[in-house]
Amino acid sequence: MQVWQKMLLVAALTTIIVVAGTLTYFNYFSKRRLFISTTTSLYDTGLLDLIEADYEATHNVDLNILAVGTGIALQHAKNGDADIVLVHSPSVELSFLEDEYGVNRKIIAYNFFTIVGPADDPAQISGKTAAEALFNIVQYGENMPDQSGESQIWVSRGDNSGTNSKEKSLWTAAGYDYEELSDEVWFASTGQGMGATLTVADQKNAYTLSDIGTFLKFYSDGNIALDSLILEERSLLNVYSVMAVSPTVPANQSVHENINFGDAMNFIEYLISDETQDSITNYGKDTYGQSLFTGAVQPLIDGTPQPLVSWIQDYAFFEDSECPLQYRNGFEDLYT
Amino acid sequence: MADILVEIVEALQLIVTGDPEVLGIVSRSLLFSGIAVVLAILWGTPLAMLIAMKQFRGKTLIKTFLNTLIGLPTVVLGLILFLVFSKGGPLGFLGLLYTPAAIMIGQAVLITPILVSIGVSSIESVDPEIMNLAKTLGASESQAQLAVLKEAASGIILSDLASFNRAIGELGVVLLVGGNIAGGGNRTDVLTTAISRNVQISEFGLAIALGILLVMILFTINIIVAVLRKANYLVELAKAPFLRIKRYRENKQ
Repeated sequence: MQVWQKMLLVAALTTIIVVAGTLTYFNYFSKRRLFISTTTSLYDTGLLDLIEADYEATHNVDLNILAVGTGIALQHAKNGDADIVLVHSPSVELSFLEDEYGVNRKIIAYNFFTIVGPADDPAQISGKTAAEALFNIVQYGENMPDQSGESQIWVSRGDNSGTNSKEKSLWTAAGYDYEELSDEVWFASTGQGMGATLTVADQKNAYTLSDIGTFLKFYSDGNIALDSLILEERSLLNVYSVMAVSPTVPANQSVHENINFGDAMNFIEYLISDETQDSITNYGKDTYGQSLFTGAVQPLIDGTPQPLVSWIQDYAFFEDSECPLQYRNGFEDLYT
Repeated sequence: MADILVEIVEALQLIVTGDPEVLGIVSRSLLFSGIAVVLAILWGTPLAMLIAMKQFRGKTLIKTFLNTLIGLPTVVLGLILFLVFSKGGPLGFLGLLYTPAAIMIGQAVLITPILVSIGVSSIESVDPEIMNLAKTLGASESQAQLAVLKEAASGIILSDLASFNRAIGELGVVLLVGGNIAGGGNRTDVLTTAISRNVQISEFGLAIALGILLVMILFTINIIVAVLRKANYLVELAKAPFLRIKRYRENKQ
């Protein structure tokens, strides 16, 4: 045997030891792991940190949170790399359920998106509806003195996140085609998270669509000089849901058989419990002077406050239910 | 933008007071990248010997390929490894995605081309006569190869140190295969990913603190490399008996 052969053998053995050590550790010595793929807004605002600390203190489970945006979160789940998803894009959620990747959806919270922009509001959108605001922004963009592409008036996430798909539907509702607009010189697309996109909009003195939570965090930290110009109207409703990843995906059986379904359902029950719902609603009140999120479970049961509950039902219910029968897997008590 | 000075002061406070969050991230970075370099040395050295000492067809092609891999964008390697480690991928059954092991292996793979490439040129630059000399002195093939390796050691060790900087400073691989998981008992957030995350959530103080520490680590490693190179310390250290014998012979002639 030659020297390099011996050395390669040692290297291979060491690699196997590292891999085997990791596997042994995670299988026998560490707590069970629950992979949560989530929209960035829940994580970036710090809400999930709070929930994680509380949950891990009372459960023998290690929460592994991947803050990636709705589109990628659902892709993770399809690949079998997440046990549970926290997302905010009802239309995308429906196809996720229809493709049999997700089960037992629960609406957990809501708030509103907001269109933010420079304080001097060059496109004069303040006080308008979202559709009028977008019209004004397009008009302003097309008539901007600088058409060289150096400056932009609208910044889009462009990352298939929940916020991005909301933005697309707002453009459609205002009578525009998102794909066509994204080629305009006044239109910038970051492909990044909400925080990065807000910073870009701030630096460019441009408008963007943001969830209220991330905006308030950046605004109150003094890191952006943008103002929230359009608030709390029906078309800007933002509904957060949780879904367990199905352990039996016919299309992709071998990939999903190790899904941690038991802990995922336990975590969903924890999220919709009264205590957690209260802490979601109260989160950030001290720091920001208003709640960033409102727990949705009790309002949906009570049917108040109106018209909010009917807005949520119109926007985020499928077949008059947050999770139609065919997309459930046990746990009927979630829906009574 | 908030007052940058305030953020910098906060950053310095975090560093000076030894904030446990900061210390945790720094020690994870050092540990993961350290093990990655060890792994890469273990793989890379024999590969370099194989390529440098054996004669075979396509040798130039392999060396060119290795040099190309050095410039491989880390995010592309991250993507490849993500697909390999993902549950649907070829190594998905191991369940390594989003674990420290995935980060270590990812970084090791990233720097292996550097180590092999520099290793090959270090070995090839060793006087070929050393091998013959060793053999005439009664060394076996293996012993002769080891003698050559010893001569090349200084160059190899310097490249090992330099590759540590590449490992600890890269973002693409650790972000994609590590997942930047900041909570729980098995965190995978390291210096680069934590900086990225904290800028995203406008925690600039923490991001600046981590940035300062990362640059300090890189700088320290570079100082060590420079000092060693200047002092030629390793060359002396690695001076093998064969070299001395050779010099002795030359002097005699």
